[in-house]
Amino acid sequence: MNEAIISIKNMVAFLIFEIMERVTITEAATTVLEELKTKYGELIFHQSGGCCDGSAPMLLEKDEMYLDESDILLGKLHGVNFYMNQDQFEYWKHTHLTVDITKGRGASFSLEIPLGLRFLIHSRLFTDEENEILNKKNT
Amino acid sequence: MNYSKPEFKEKYDNYINGKFIAPIGGQYFDNTSPIDNSFISKYPRSQKEDIELALDAANAAKQGWENTSAAERASLLNKVADIIEENLETFALIETCDNGKPIRETLNADIPLAVDHWRYFAACIRSEEGGATELDQHTLSMNIKEPLGVVGQIIPWNFPLLMLSWKLPPALVTGNCVVLKPAEQTPASASFLMEKIADVFPPGVVNIVHGFGPEAGKPLASSPKVDKVAFTGETTTGQLIMQYASKNLNPVTMELGGKSPNIFFNSVMDADDAYLDKAIEGAVLFAFNKGEVCTCPSRILVQEDIYDAFMERVVARTEAIIQGDPYNINTMVGAQASNDQYEKIQSYFKIGKDEGAKVLVGGEANKLEGNLANGFYIKPTIFEGHNKMRVFQEEIFGPVVCVTKFKDEAEALEIANDTMYGLGAGVWTRDAHQLYQIPRAIKAGRVWVNCYHAYPAHAPFGGYKKSGFGRENHVMMLNYYRQTKNMLISYDKNKLGFF
Repeated sequence: MNEAIISIKNMVAFLIFEIMERVTITEAATTVLEELKTKYGELIFHQSGGCCDGSAPMLLEKDEMYLDESDILLGKLHGVNFYMNQDQFEYWKHTHLTVDITKGRGASFSLEIPLGLRFLIHSRLFTDEENEILNKKNT
Repeated sequence: MNYSKPEFKEKYDNYINGKFIAPIGGQYFDNTSPIDNSFISKYPRSQKEDIELALDAANAAKQGWENTSAAERASLLNKVADIIEENLETFALIETCDNGKPIRETLNADIPLAVDHWRYFAACIRSEEGGATELDQHTLSMNIKEPLGVVGQIIPWNFPLLMLSWKLPPALVTGNCVVLKPAEQTPASASFLMEKIADVFPPGVVNIVHGFGPEAGKPLASSPKVDKVAFTGETTTGQLIMQYASKNLNPVTMELGGKSPNIFFNSVMDADDAYLDKAIEGAVLFAFNKGEVCTCPSRILVQEDIYDAFMERVVARTEAIIQGDPYNINTMVGAQASNDQYEKIQSYFKIGKDEGAKVLVGGEANKLEGNLANGFYIKPTIFEGHNKMRVFQEEIFGPVVCVTKFKDEAEALEIANDTMYGLGAGVWTRDAHQLYQIPRAIKAGRVWVNCYHAYPAHAPFGGYKKSGFGRENHVMMLNYYRQTKNMLISYDKNKLGFF
């Protein structure tokens, strides 16, 4: 009986995990993303850190960047994987990210820059429930 | 005294092979001023073929330039320094207009420092000697320093002319030719400089190509026609440039920012004197250049027994900051360099508050009046919280500092080093032991002791950890742009006897 309850709880947790997400994207940013997908093909986001244009997501062609197990896949946004390096993730993992777009001019290699636009991140804290499920194995 | 927006031409071109030439594709982009979002001028939106043109010019010029004497190269650097100095006020105005930084900073820091870097490297090369060692009575080992060839440099927008002046002089004076791409947010001072020094260097030695990162920056960083790439910016682009360099087996230097701790031990408040006044200013230096500094002292760590008294003074000093028109000589904090920075900083205000950080002062955009209403102004802001908060861990690149307290030396070091980065740090104390031991235990490339934000040409600057590697400034910079030719000479007439 107990085992059955546990297995149902696990199933529910799995389903919630499927619904819960670490990262999402606004409608305005999606429009730009789709435009760039049409132009360049398969893409990825990689969250940058550091100076100048850092602390913002970079949109790159899929095979542009060498990725390995130190790059955490946070989610998929309209077919575009969103990655962040492990050490940065440790400081960010308790927050939910939303990719948005704004007027601007970055100096990085991110593909939207020639459009006079920049992707940026809005963040919010995960709820206790989200934290419980998304960060359980990490805490 | 009030200055006003300087005059610009309708458009500017690339400077390649000693000439101003239009981008091959004929495209330009509009550059605007963050002060009021007004139009400045048009700059080339260069593509790969423009970069190729510049790289071909640089490669064609390198043999001739390498063969010039050190005396000649040094004298040309000094000429550039003189020209910048003669036009100091115009350069300062251009920089203020393009970047949004207050005129009192460009007049007193950016431009004079830029002048000094050109002079410093001119002096370095003249006073340098090579090495010769007699390994035994018949064998001499001689080390001759040779330039790498052609260097690609990608510079940031926070100190446009100064960063150009950190990167160009050491590369040129060692006999390299350069293709430099200014940041697309701040192309103005580089173009103005080339107009002023167009006749100084032989054609092809210095080439300036404007454009966007994915279109012009990437072809420069990845070209096999480049022998080295020097980059200042953020981590993702840094990683990409290292990847490209690995394909070409080229050296790179990287300066990628930080989250620098500024640590105040309790002895700073032993007396209410000039030193304490300096220490309080040292804490408020987070607002220098509106926080758009790789080494922004963006984390203040204060010993708990002086925390309340010290922070009361720091908050009062921050509240006294004059923010407004960057052309006004009394203005201390100007406009953020671009709209996306402005938006990004505000997104950090939100997550900082969400995480429970307390706003001691500021915490919002500053809506100014008149034409400044269109500019990007952020109130100098102090958050109080703990080091695990995201505002304590990420480079916000705005006039935003996060403060926390520590119990003892061990805890101060634990907090200071709990970061991905290691570019700068500040240590403030009257204790002679702490003055040495604490800086040694901080994992950062530059530790200011009882001072902050000084950048003399004569002191090496660069990062530990994810802040990058390689150094800038200082005579050691010369070897970042050279390789060593070892000549091993035998003066023995007798054979080895093996064959």
